[in-house]
Amino acid sequence: MTELVFALAVGILTASGVWLLLRPRTFQVIIGLSLLSYAVNLFIFGMGRLRVGAAPVLENTEAVDPALYADPLPQALVLTAIVISFAMTALFLVVLLASRGLTGTDHVDGREDPQ
Amino acid sequence: MTGLADHLIIVPILLPLVCAAVMLLFDERRRDLKGGIGIATTVALLIVSIVLLRQADLTPPGSGVRTYQLGNWPAPFGIVLVLDRLSALMLVLTGVLGIAALLYALARWHRAGPRFHTLFQLQLMGLNGAFLTGDLFNLFVFFEVLLAASYGLVLHGDGTARVRAGLAYIAINLTASFLFLIGVSLAYGVTGTLNMADLAQRIQALAPGDVALVAAAAAILGTAFLMKAGAWPLNFWLPTTYAAASAPAAAIFAVMSKLGVYIILRLWTLVFGADAGPLAEFGGDGLLVIGMLTIVFGTVGVLASQSLPRLAGCSVLVSSGTLIAAIGTGAGTVIGPALYYLVSSTLGLAALFLLVELIERMRDPGADVLAVTMEAYSETNEDDPGEEVGVAIPATIAILGGSFIACALLLAGLPPLSGFTGKFGLMAAMLKTGGATIQASSWMLVGLLTLSGLATLIAMTRTGISSFWARMDDSVPRVRIIEMAPVVCLLLLCLGLTVGGGPAMRYMETTARALQAPQDYVNGVLSAPRAGSTDRQAHP
Repeated sequence: MTELVFALAVGILTASGVWLLLRPRTFQVIIGLSLLSYAVNLFIFGMGRLRVGAAPVLENTEAVDPALYADPLPQALVLTAIVISFAMTALFLVVLLASRGLTGTDHVDGREDPQ
Repeated sequence: MTGLADHLIIVPILLPLVCAAVMLLFDERRRDLKGGIGIATTVALLIVSIVLLRQADLTPPGSGVRTYQLGNWPAPFGIVLVLDRLSALMLVLTGVLGIAALLYALARWHRAGPRFHTLFQLQLMGLNGAFLTGDLFNLFVFFEVLLAASYGLVLHGDGTARVRAGLAYIAINLTASFLFLIGVSLAYGVTGTLNMADLAQRIQALAPGDVALVAAAAAILGTAFLMKAGAWPLNFWLPTTYAAASAPAAAIFAVMSKLGVYIILRLWTLVFGADAGPLAEFGGDGLLVIGMLTIVFGTVGVLASQSLPRLAGCSVLVSSGTLIAAIGTGAGTVIGPALYYLVSSTLGLAALFLLVELIERMRDPGADVLAVTMEAYSETNEDDPGEEVGVAIPATIAILGGSFIACALLLAGLPPLSGFTGKFGLMAAMLKTGGATIQASSWMLVGLLTLSGLATLIAMTRTGISSFWARMDDSVPRVRIIEMAPVVCLLLLCLGLTVGGGPAMRYMETTARALQAPQDYVNGVLSAPRAGSTDRQAHP
């Protein structure tokens, strides 16, 4: 059940993200990129297998059964990916605003479609 | 393992990082100081790269690769930096382009916007890191470092055209990064490793049910890298962006698009070599077809280009396409000439990007966006040395024209410059099959290479005539020695590649042979001893 909900969430986020990414307004593009980054982060997390109630940190250095613990590496990867995509989204936002200021429109091409 | 010389591998990453951080401390007005630090760092980088190249070249084939374990954790648990002939070659290429672009920028471009030098050093750091790393996720991090810096460099100098191109460039590269992440995590989820050498080993013993998942991961990763390399049909952003970027930024981007080619070559030979089990030579035909289509698209683009910057941008596509198709042929003998072509075409393209801006200056002297933004910035700049950075050189038109002809010869692949040697080597390697019948695809590729060369020649001749012979006014552009010298030096290097073609080709062929024997790389990475320990670490 958890897997199904998880997979649906990733799928819906990706689909919405791709759709928004292909829209003509810069604001839609940035929201699309954000949604895509959420989907990707969830996906990376899922690649460490979905486990309930398993800690990713070993409690002692004695011989432990690794099967009781969650894989910590994907969680570390997700952290890195979140930071990077957050920074890139912020940078994109600045460029978006610059484009809006310079061209006077929020169309991705910098000019409105001829009606 | 603890000697200072062993730490040399990490210098190409640390040095620009430290330098960029130090530059942030200085006020934006102290550009000369920053320029001095930048040049010193870049020269040091080139020297270190050449030393590393010597070391890599002196390692006899078959005796593994040099590794550097970050935090002294043995591979595959820790992150490793790996130095082999291929990465050393790319480091030197980056260093050369870095110096050329930075010298050029010192004439005026570094005054066109804030923090040029910091961004430039971070760009070099990202490139060097991506060439050195032996870990997939670390590769992603270095990709992001260099992309973040390149976003800044694309926008450097400001102006509507740059912001518009930058918007598309950032969006497409963010998407490519997401694909990259999906591919990396999928590969990790299936094989349980991020280390490239370990991945190559585990892929041989893959459970039958996992083969499709690894193939999907490889295809997604490949898409991300092909996007960066500028492969058709994901390359419509490239000519526009490269044409809009300022000249020094575009010159350093010439090596950035080769990074995608480098990663494909590295991963494809390492992971999907002949002994990869069910995934041996996975996607080779795809690479060949995509490469050929990219050549076609680039050639049409070159012919259709109305302006010189766009022509240079489309030439990047032709060069990338040629390399991707050459890798896709899967013939080991093609890789050596392909590497030679890579070096020669990257140097030629960088020279062309730098030259284009000088030639464009004749067209509308001083009336471009740059002049406006520079005025805006230099208002607060009291110690601005003004326009007189160097002496305007005599016979400007002759030197510009001569360099333009040299660029045309290089990119079209005509003798006597190294473009000819590279293309000739590629064709000879494809047609020399040792008695076996030559494949139809090889004939097609040879035909495409010839046609693309012809098209480049036609387009460059046309542009050359309209730029140099059929000008309306007789104004001589103000070109300074410091701007002309990098272009001439890059072209002289290409001449050097031709004159020293024997040793250069020998190095490339040794590199290609090492790539054909990935077991060497795998053993070198996985059995490298930890620093301070005498026993060779057995890997699990």
